[in-house]
Amino acid sequence: MEQKNWNLLDEALGLNNNNAKPWPLCGRFVLVEDCVDTSAAFVLHQILKRSFSSHPSSAVVFLAFSHPFSHYDRVLRKLGCNLAAQRDNGRLFFLDMLMLQCPDEGKANHDGLASVFEQIERVITALHQDKKFISIMIDDISFLEVAANGSSNDVLNLVHYCHTLTSDSEYGCAFIALDHKDIYLNGDRTAVMLEMEFLADILVKAEPLATGLAKDVHGQLMVLDKETQHRHGVSTVKTHNFHFKIKENGIECFYPGTKI
Amino acid sequence: MADSICRTLRDGALEGELAPTLTIKDSLASPFAFHVFSHILLQLSSHVIAQKSQSQGIVIVALSRSPSSYTSLLKMNGMDVASSNKWIHILDCYTDPLGWKDKARKSANVTDPSQQISLATSSYKTVKDVDKLFLVIAELGRGLVGENKARFCVAIDSLSELLRHASMQSVAGLLSNLRSHDQISSMFGLLHSDLHEERAVAVLEYMSSMVASVDPYHHSADGQKGCLESSLYDQNFTKGKFNVRFKRRNGRVRVTCEEFKVEPGGISFSPVSSVDGTVIAGIVPKVQFNLQLSEKERIDRSNVVLPFEHQGNGKPIQIYDGRRSLEESNSEANPISSGKKEDSAMGEIIYFRDSDDEMPDSDEDPDDDLDI
Repeated sequence: MEQKNWNLLDEALGLNNNNAKPWPLCGRFVLVEDCVDTSAAFVLHQILKRSFSSHPSSAVVFLAFSHPFSHYDRVLRKLGCNLAAQRDNGRLFFLDMLMLQCPDEGKANHDGLASVFEQIERVITALHQDKKFISIMIDDISFLEVAANGSSNDVLNLVHYCHTLTSDSEYGCAFIALDHKDIYLNGDRTAVMLEMEFLADILVKAEPLATGLAKDVHGQLMVLDKETQHRHGVSTVKTHNFHFKIKENGIECFYPGTKI
Repeated sequence: MADSICRTLRDGALEGELAPTLTIKDSLASPFAFHVFSHILLQLSSHVIAQKSQSQGIVIVALSRSPSSYTSLLKMNGMDVASSNKWIHILDCYTDPLGWKDKARKSANVTDPSQQISLATSSYKTVKDVDKLFLVIAELGRGLVGENKARFCVAIDSLSELLRHASMQSVAGLLSNLRSHDQISSMFGLLHSDLHEERAVAVLEYMSSMVASVDPYHHSADGQKGCLESSLYDQNFTKGKFNVRFKRRNGRVRVTCEEFKVEPGGISFSPVSSVDGTVIAGIVPKVQFNLQLSEKERIDRSNVVLPFEHQGNGKPIQIYDGRRSLEESNSEANPISSGKKEDSAMGEIIYFRDSDDEMPDSDEDPDDDLDI
């Protein structure tokens, strides 16, 4: 466990910091933003892998909106992590939401995404009794919006409720969500993105290189760690910028210009 | 101007006037309104504890922060949380704003996992009902300070969140009800201005007697593109500008500007002028010689005794300005040197001015009447 090959992404997220907390992301909201040119799904894969491999008492509640379990199982197997085994161990709860469709507004049983939250909370109460450190992961906020019939307010309500689970007085979960930046580009629809950015404790932005596509560099990441005030009295902001290259069995992160 | 904001909120409302209201607004480029909010909350709390303020209690309407984060905020700043029940009460609209958890727990019969929250807290589960929210706030305040003339202060930690749940009109109605409530001494709220239409922001600004706006130190030239310029980002995330607009009763508006700096211990404010120097120093192009003075050089320069000022030897300072000085006109228009007979060996310059209307050392060309 000591001799892990931490890469820059792990360091930026503070995952290498083992002595601070049992699971360094506890109580924090990590928002991952990507765009069409550069997908940031690998950030979720990386966090999943680290959570299972280096923190024996952690568990993940995964809300899948964009890909089925078999997809993640295949990807994570390449990274050296067996999701099926983790699921059988009770450390991964995979909630398949691919076919989720909320009833339309105005119908009798319209309660927004309350039922989704109810499912999440039920799993978490069970896990909490086992003294597990829980991460909630949503693999695509934009599909959540589709499921909610385009009601961004419903989405924000669910995000808010998931955020409440990160507070100390509740379960102290970690909450990780992925969203696409460029679908909010025009005008009045930006509120969802902005609101989530205000909420986020750690913001991960993936962008293509400004100079265009390159063979050795697949994009650049910016990790913005807003250390909020209620954590041990510190409130400093750290930013990390680096380039990455996605490989078959992992990612390579390096500072701009240091790749030979 | 953070001090004068705190003073105004502390002094509270006059009889028969609306309570002073502060809106703190920020944007994503400089998201530090909550730092300002906590700063003001702490200042006001210490005034309340010392009984120096008009209000005797604070009701915090928590929409975007958990009650436990307020507990740790107070603890961290050395306030006695145990005795705080007398003057602070949190209305928790954060944990369960829509009653989802409540519903789930009722059906599944699960007990609330909340542990010991040492601050007095009541939860509110129907944020959409703003009229009821007003009644609850007023009731909680009465519970803190009693039925009599005593007043309390209301802090709303996110007007943005409130605006998301309820319509503009109802939020404006809530604010105006709170302002005109005769037991409320002052109130302040937080707003993320880029989440709303300009219209909504303007409405809230109209309804507040003070608007504190937290602005980035440097505006990046083209919004999104500048995001990856880390140095700019770093700078915007440690300090910024703090603009405050005060509106007096008579309609006078005063705008002040300050700088703030975010430090591990909280937020600190400084007058903008002291930092202007460094800004200019940053603009001056890099040259091999030094254009600026260091502090020591500045002091040394101010100590230099200029020639012709015979200072320090007891005599009054005399600098000849071309006219007869008062002293000499008293001694009946003697030539300037006449009083110094004993120095006559040294040689002297005798000068009589032609007339008093000639300006000394005038810039006029003495030869301009020449006709060549």
